[in-house]
Amino acid sequence: MLKALALPLLSSLRDSLRDLTPILAVILGFQYLVLRQPIPDLVGLLGGALLVVIGLTLFVQGLKLALFPIGETMASDFARKGSLFWLLAFAFSLGFGTTVAEPALIAVADEAALVAAEGGMIPTTDVARERYADGLRLTVAMAVGLAIVIGVLRILRGWPVHYLIIGGYLGVVLMTGIAPAEIVGIAYDSGGVTTSTITVPLVTALGIGLASSIEGRNPTVDGFGLIAFASLTPMIFVMGYGMLV
Amino acid sequence: MDLQRLLAWTEPLFGTITDVLPIIAILIGFQVMVLRRPIPNLGRVVLGLVLVVVGLACFIQGLQSALFPLGKLMAAQLTDPAFLGNTGDQEHTTAHWLDYHWVYLFAFAIGFATTIAEPSLIAVAIKAQQVSAGTIAAGGLRLAVAVGVAIGLTIGVFRIVTGTPLHYYIIAGYCVVLLQTAFAPRSIVALAYDSGGVTTSTVTVPLVAALGIGLSSNIPGRDPLLDGFGLIAFASLFPIMSVLGYAQIGAEITRLRARARTKRRQES
Repeated sequence: MLKALALPLLSSLRDSLRDLTPILAVILGFQYLVLRQPIPDLVGLLGGALLVVIGLTLFVQGLKLALFPIGETMASDFARKGSLFWLLAFAFSLGFGTTVAEPALIAVADEAALVAAEGGMIPTTDVARERYADGLRLTVAMAVGLAIVIGVLRILRGWPVHYLIIGGYLGVVLMTGIAPAEIVGIAYDSGGVTTSTITVPLVTALGIGLASSIEGRNPTVDGFGLIAFASLTPMIFVMGYGMLV
Repeated sequence: MDLQRLLAWTEPLFGTITDVLPIIAILIGFQVMVLRRPIPNLGRVVLGLVLVVVGLACFIQGLQSALFPLGKLMAAQLTDPAFLGNTGDQEHTTAHWLDYHWVYLFAFAIGFATTIAEPSLIAVAIKAQQVSAGTIAAGGLRLAVAVGVAIGLTIGVFRIVTGTPLHYYIIAGYCVVLLQTAFAPRSIVALAYDSGGVTTSTVTVPLVAALGIGLSSNIPGRDPLLDGFGLIAFASLFPIMSVLGYAQIGAEITRLRARARTKRRQES
């Protein structure tokens, strides 16, 4: 067991080192050649880089040991169970649950509440701001839950992905035209915030697992696309929230 | 002081744990109450989850303690009017867009470099290579995405410098994506759309935001809040184009090779 773990760990360590090299090269190159200044804390930089390499290596190992297998076995178990209701309930919970506690989203929601209070959309009290931020977080989490549900339905039915994406983009353009201007920037940002580093592998494995367990679906053509929906629907929902509140 | 430093070190760990807990609760809840099946290789899965949490915490701590402060400082220095060489002189208070050449190069380089180190992209690329039985190479996909982010950020910086409206670029970009979708091999389309959402994550966003804020607060007439958002939109739009393009070029090469082979066979 130990030997079987050590070999991939070493090659993965080498990969992580290679993946980090470009960042170090850019930072050192610009610092010495363009800005012509010494690095303020070279030891600290190298220590941090080492930590990043180790962290990336462990993460990739954990990905293969846990996140990928969980997503795929659960997908095939749900497919075997054959209950559409429970599969969709699982899809919604996964999208909603991974988003609602996302630290980046909490930060964006608090910032949005400040903007809204300054713009006079809500009263400038702590209670009002907190309610606004919580409402926004719930909205984004609902949007991601719904996105995964639609994405899973798409895999089951075999709808072509680009029709849904084009429809979504049209929705974004339309909402941008009618939503209050203050909310648009926050809405666009919320799309990028939702897909965290733990959600992406899990959701990808779920999609691929479903596409491989259902007859007539091709994992490459039908398995991907869930992430794309999850970054699209929050934009539409947040602009809608801005219009209602 | 020591306690404070210790607390600062454990913060990413706790952040990652609170990030993972709801996910684990959902997984266990459905596994026990709905599927009612034991998890295969439970020991390995638990070990893997621990590795994910510890690995991500180390990764974030390393970035926050060393790379982000320096990257943000550089973004601020490169966009500083003093560095651009227009101090005091009344006639040159607003720089020509070409004066920002180092900023363009930095945007390109940092966009490429941070995307190569993005953990979620690594995950998607591993899966893509597995599922396509090697026809989509993980390394090639990641390079294509990184080039897309690099080009997107460079154009995004150009937009902030010139102050042209964001939606022109985004709508034009959507049109190109639509055209490419019509002609690209079907198997790449969903993956290409996914790679747009994957790029704006742990590594890229903080550095890109710093670049956008530095630029927009140093150029007169730009709003830091508005223009910071713009860059991230570019970083998620252009990878879609570059991944579709990567697949189109690959398909074209295969077609030309096949044609050359049949031609040779006919001649002999």
